[in-house]
Amino acid sequence: MMRDITIGQYYQTESVLHRLDPRVKITGTFIFIISLFVAKNITSYAVATAFLTAVILLSRIPFSFIVRGMKAVVIILFITVVFNLFLTPGITFVSFWRFKITYEGLKTAGYTAVRLTYLILGSSIMTLTTTPNNLTDGLESLMKPLKVFRIPVHEIAMMMSIALRFIPILMEETDKIMKAQLSRGADFESGGIIKRSRALIPLLVPLFVSAFRRANDLAMAMEARCYHGGEGRTKMKPLVYRSSDFTAYIVLCLYFALVITAQRVGML
Amino acid sequence: MSIICDHVNFTYSRGTADEIQALKDISFSIGDGEFVGIIGATGSGKSTLIQHLNGLLKATSGHIYINGEDIYDRDYSLKELRNKVGLVFQYPEHQLFEETVLRDVCFGPKNQGLSNTEAEMRAYEALQSVNLMEDCYDVSPFDLSGGQKRRAAIAGVLAMKPEILILDEPTAGLDPEGREEILNLLKTLHDEQNITVMLVSHSMEDMADYAERLLVMDKGRIIMNGNPRDVFLNAELLEKTGLSVPQVTYILRELRQKGFDVDISATTVDEAADSIMRALGL
Ligand SMILES: Nc1ncnc2c1ncn2[C@@H]1O[C@H](COP(=O)(O)OP(=O)(O)O)[C@@H](O)[C@H]1O
Ligand SMILES: [Mg+2]
Repeated sequence: MMRDITIGQYYQTESVLHRLDPRVKITGTFIFIISLFVAKNITSYAVATAFLTAVILLSRIPFSFIVRGMKAVVIILFITVVFNLFLTPGITFVSFWRFKITYEGLKTAGYTAVRLTYLILGSSIMTLTTTPNNLTDGLESLMKPLKVFRIPVHEIAMMMSIALRFIPILMEETDKIMKAQLSRGADFESGGIIKRSRALIPLLVPLFVSAFRRANDLAMAMEARCYHGGEGRTKMKPLVYRSSDFTAYIVLCLYFALVITAQRVGML
Repeated sequence: MSIICDHVNFTYSRGTADEIQALKDISFSIGDGEFVGIIGATGSGKSTLIQHLNGLLKATSGHIYINGEDIYDRDYSLKELRNKVGLVFQYPEHQLFEETVLRDVCFGPKNQGLSNTEAEMRAYEALQSVNLMEDCYDVSPFDLSGGQKRRAAIAGVLAMKPEILILDEPTAGLDPEGREEILNLLKTLHDEQNITVMLVSHSMEDMADYAERLLVMDKGRIIMNGNPRDVFLNAELLEKTGLSVPQVTYILRELRQKGFDVDISATTVDEAADSIMRALGL
């Protein structure tokens, strides 16, 4: 059940995108998201579609796998579309009973749906092609300038990577404790909301205890290895740009320029 | 209570990229009141198998019969099944959650629908049988020592009075005294209350001492099924799957190679001593 959520998950395979520097991919995702808000007509969306298709093909991740991650957000998507459809004022397209759908509503709903879908697809591609460790390394490196403002960039990155590392562990732990309590006759599924929340206690208490125990162990292990924060700490695999990364940056700039041009000269 | 597994297959994460077939064509039967050991290397599917026996996992194909009834029948109650088949997970102390030991042990009986008094009586009985002293019934389970926590958690399952008791490596991480205590407890339950016991363990010595029959698993299959003597005679096959035979059996094999006429089917220290004495003609 929880395994169906692919957002934030890494998909192991060999591809150009997998090999790119995480900083390129993070910047690229940003540029793509901004471009989605710049684009407001069919021509510019066509450019974005072409770009996204190319990226998905390059990632060599099965399309069905990427789409599976969309399932979790279908409801949000649906609600947004419905609201846009019925609540945008303008010229009436059809009307029934108390509701009316306007041309403007139709257009906004369509664009919002596409925009949200692309947004999620775009960011999924980033997380699917980048290991969590690489992702935090990239973020740390990109945020380094913020150190001037005394923002603890290294600590934030370390917390992120630990949190990411713990997600699968805690999911496994939840599964185990749940099964153990089911074996003792626990019932997580029947009853009203109060009974159900009470039924979670036998699950949550052991889960918290175990999370604290693991946190404690990890802190101990880090101290035993003389961890003392980011100061003077070197990396085993430091991030270095290669020529393909510069090519990717140039492609990104070209893409952004193209979207802006398409938005200016395009139609609709 | 008898258990029959009939051509059971099970696949984790079916239909995804990382699907893995953890059980392959598992068939065996266990009679009323038997003491059966399950051995196998890590990842051979032992934990997966026992989770099928109380319906936590559902076989992708095949049937499981408990007392002759198919547990996958539509009107078979899983709750009933879990009352009859008690499952003690690996590191069961990680499931303790209540404020006091006694209340934690009461959790199972209360879920069975017993009244508070009845549940507490069951809990007392179970805590007594695992040798936990009365002065720790009212303390937080998190204040107990490692071995005590383990026994409290096992009591939590015993208090439900299961007819089949299944334990996943109950002695893992305990000191020799703690191991002995738990294994003796199982033996007592088995001998005196005629409970069917299934025990997953990594210790060949424990298996030789306690189990009446052994199931050997390798890569999701059962590759041997027989009494410990016969199973441990096949040292080569066991070693190929990453297991071993009891240490005394190795010693007897060496002696045999050196020309002593000892009986190499002995698996416990006592049997080995007998066999050596006989060979020496004493
Ligand atoms: N929750 C799970 N999801 C996916 N695969 C699992 C899960 N639990 C176990 N497995 C896999 O199933 C196989 C058998 O595991 P398990 O039954 O735990 O073996 P054992 O208890 O003998 O060590 C292993 O390959 C393991 O990786
Ligand atoms: Mg196991």
